[in-house]
Amino acid sequence: MGNEEQQLKALGEGAAKYRVIGTRPIRPDGVDKVTGRANFGADIQLADMIFGRVVRSPHAHARIKSINTAKAAALPGVKAVVTAADFPELGPGDIAAGEVVVSFHDMSLNVIARRKALYDGHAIAAVAATSAEIAAQAMALIEVEYELLPPVMTAAAAMAPNATLLHEGLITKGVTPAPAQSNVAARTEFKLGDLEQGFAEADVIVEHEFTTQTVHQGYIEPHACVASIGADGMATVWCSSQGQFMVRAYVAKLCGMEISKVKVLPAEIGGGFGGKTVIYLEPLAVALAKKSGRPVKMVMTRDEVLRATGPTSGGHARARIGAKRDGTITAGDLEMEYEAGAFPGSPVMLGCMTGLAPYNIKNIRVVGYDVVVNRPKAAAYRAPGAPIAAFAVECALDALANKLGMDPLELRLKNAAKEGTQAPYGPKFPRIGFEETLLAAKAHPHYSAPLGPNQGRGLASGFWFNIGGNSSASVALNEDGTVIVVTGNPDIGGSRASMAMMTAEVLEIDVARVKPLVADTESVPYSDLTGGSRVTFATGKAVVEAAQDVVRQLKERAAKMWEIDPDQVEWKDGHAVAIETDKYKPLSIADIARKAGKTGGPISGKANINAQGAGAGFGTHICDVEVDPETGHVTVLRYTAIQDVGTAIHPAYVEGQLQGGAVQGIGWALNEEYVYDKLGRLQNTGFLDYRMPVASDLPMIDTVLVEVPNPGHPYGVRGVGEVPIVPPLATVANAVSAAIGIRMTDLPMSPPRLLAAITAAKQK
Amino acid sequence: MSKHHITTTINGDPTEFLCETQQTLLDVLRDELNLTGSKEGCGSGDCGACSIMLDGRLVCSCLVLGVEAQDTDIRTIEGVATGEQLHPIQRHFLEEAALQCGICTPGFIVAAKALLEHNPNPTETEARYWLAGNLCRCTGYDKIIKAVLSAAAEMRGA
Repeated sequence: MGNEEQQLKALGEGAAKYRVIGTRPIRPDGVDKVTGRANFGADIQLADMIFGRVVRSPHAHARIKSINTAKAAALPGVKAVVTAADFPELGPGDIAAGEVVVSFHDMSLNVIARRKALYDGHAIAAVAATSAEIAAQAMALIEVEYELLPPVMTAAAAMAPNATLLHEGLITKGVTPAPAQSNVAARTEFKLGDLEQGFAEADVIVEHEFTTQTVHQGYIEPHACVASIGADGMATVWCSSQGQFMVRAYVAKLCGMEISKVKVLPAEIGGGFGGKTVIYLEPLAVALAKKSGRPVKMVMTRDEVLRATGPTSGGHARARIGAKRDGTITAGDLEMEYEAGAFPGSPVMLGCMTGLAPYNIKNIRVVGYDVVVNRPKAAAYRAPGAPIAAFAVECALDALANKLGMDPLELRLKNAAKEGTQAPYGPKFPRIGFEETLLAAKAHPHYSAPLGPNQGRGLASGFWFNIGGNSSASVALNEDGTVIVVTGNPDIGGSRASMAMMTAEVLEIDVARVKPLVADTESVPYSDLTGGSRVTFATGKAVVEAAQDVVRQLKERAAKMWEIDPDQVEWKDGHAVAIETDKYKPLSIADIARKAGKTGGPISGKANINAQGAGAGFGTHICDVEVDPETGHVTVLRYTAIQDVGTAIHPAYVEGQLQGGAVQGIGWALNEEYVYDKLGRLQNTGFLDYRMPVASDLPMIDTVLVEVPNPGHPYGVRGVGEVPIVPPLATVANAVSAAIGIRMTDLPMSPPRLLAAITAAKQK
Repeated sequence: MSKHHITTTINGDPTEFLCETQQTLLDVLRDELNLTGSKEGCGSGDCGACSIMLDGRLVCSCLVLGVEAQDTDIRTIEGVATGEQLHPIQRHFLEEAALQCGICTPGFIVAAKALLEHNPNPTETEARYWLAGNLCRCTGYDKIIKAVLSAAAEMRGA
């Protein structure tokens, strides 16, 4: 047995022995959230506060000839007006932040337009006034002269010869020799083996083209912040985001300030799903606060959220897959174009890395194009890029299974990546649990349940890397032995509970005695943002190390109290116990805390780490649908999400991630899409027309938590939040295709689109 | 233009406020009265995060004007618990992990309470249709529906 295997075995056997991990305690922040006490971004109120609003471009593509703010500034009650001229002009200088490469130059132009408006809703100016009403009146007084340019709305239009350029001088990265300027920001390619040879070995080949539309993360809380600047130039920002340190760094850069002059206090966050890993309002609020000398509150309307904040890319993909008669896949070829929105940086590279990654395929070519269009700049959305690629690959596999006369689950089992499989993007997989999810699907009663007329069943899988990164934590003992655990990551879906549980696990105490806190940027050392499914893994690892530091100190203090060597003390059941003697009565954490002043002072532990060893996650979903052939309406009858979650710290919140991700994917598959008119103006700017799933659209979402512990985490944690949105697009599409006997390749499969497909098939 | 003087009852307490004609009841609750438990997710009555009871009717407070509150009885999320005593729906939301980010939770609890007052023994389908006016983007609704149904069972003494 290898070392890693032993470790896994030990972890596996230990799983049942955890005292806190795997239980379902009430989350520590829960009471405030069910009673309305919790403060989200828009709930912050300061004395003397004024209200900021943003003037936005009504045009998809236009040159800004002039902006006249004089009339607005003269309106009584208006305290400040800002435009791009009030911000430093940044040069090109990319930095990598999390999953998506971030360019401060582009970010500053996205936050407030300079010279050119690049999408409907692009911020042009901001105004702050003593009431929201006066601010709205002032917005109407800001005069902007535009020179209209042709809107470039799709990747195909942007890549067409002689397409209007969004950015002068944009040269495609990743192509040598460098081509002429275009709307293609980058080309990515991954290769394994010999593609032509692979297709030559195939007995059966399938090839299909797929499209997906721009969709929004759809968090219910609009972006909101309050900024205040003292006469000393120190800025304080209260806001809802996925990372207070991210907001601090971006605000400082965009406003030309030192990081130490910006303090960010994290409000509760009302959903993000990646969309709050970037900033929009905060630099504007800081600039308005600076100019007016008053605290400024800014809250977006839903219209602004949909028009101007990060959707994820619409995509086009061509997938070609070849296999032998027995189902062995010999070659996979995937070519994709993703719409980045107005600035480079779609998640196409992540799509290229993930699409074929679940399978052991010897010959692979994946090509991706990052294309700018006159839509809002894409922001991260839950496993950015992966659902679009998985939609193409997993639907193509379904078609391949049909052609081979093979069960689609068996086809996946035959080719599933396992420990040691070469991933197309470079590394060999360590211990992963993909096969286990497929076997769990096979064993699930859902997979063999009978179906009625007009019903179909789909199955698909998905992969996401999950990440680690920088995290800090401290664990402090109160005088009575209760515990405070402090981290720097906004709690977006129950992570405070996980942090408290891991602390309690190490200290071997009741979780109710641990209080978790998400601190501001000056009360905890730097942490990367909440994203990439990293927090329970990486910040959890920091918490475990900080708690272990406390245990070490507790043993030392007990040794001091007993006047013995610390080596003679062990930590057992929340008590210091002297080894091999019953001379000393075990000391509880409270006993030691009470005497801390006499044994060396207050007790706290800390850890600042860059967590490595994040465990990749795989999921397999099963969906049954019924299609109404008269209307094209799809009813989701039954849905099962199965995922390797490593170790579920709080299983109820892990199930919640699977359920929520699956339902976002169902929305993406069936209804959600940005609808633009010919001039590039967004037509569905509210929740009535941007149709996200509601309770009556759905059945219960069954979950199966497969636990293959991640050897890179002390308790075997794998990130769980992103994988669940990767399989559903194809799962639903495969189910719909099976129900109507037509291969559906374009999302969303809304009633008109589906009805058109059914009608067209009948006419053939 | 001068503000309107409105007299109303909020969570059982007599309340007066001044508001402008165009101010919504949601804005009044949040900005004038500091009752920020009701949330604004859309401002168009589509998301239900601002759900309140107005004279015993479930409404989106973003679609009601502040001036319409004159002589009415208003119940908000802040009035659902009694001191430290949570309402069974609130308790079941916590026990069954029916919230993730929590922004939609106040609206769901107010709407669910209205459902159970109207129909103490709803089927799953009835609960799903009643709550179809409340958007949640985190949970996929599964645990919310389960929490509402188990709170209903507890309240019936089942």
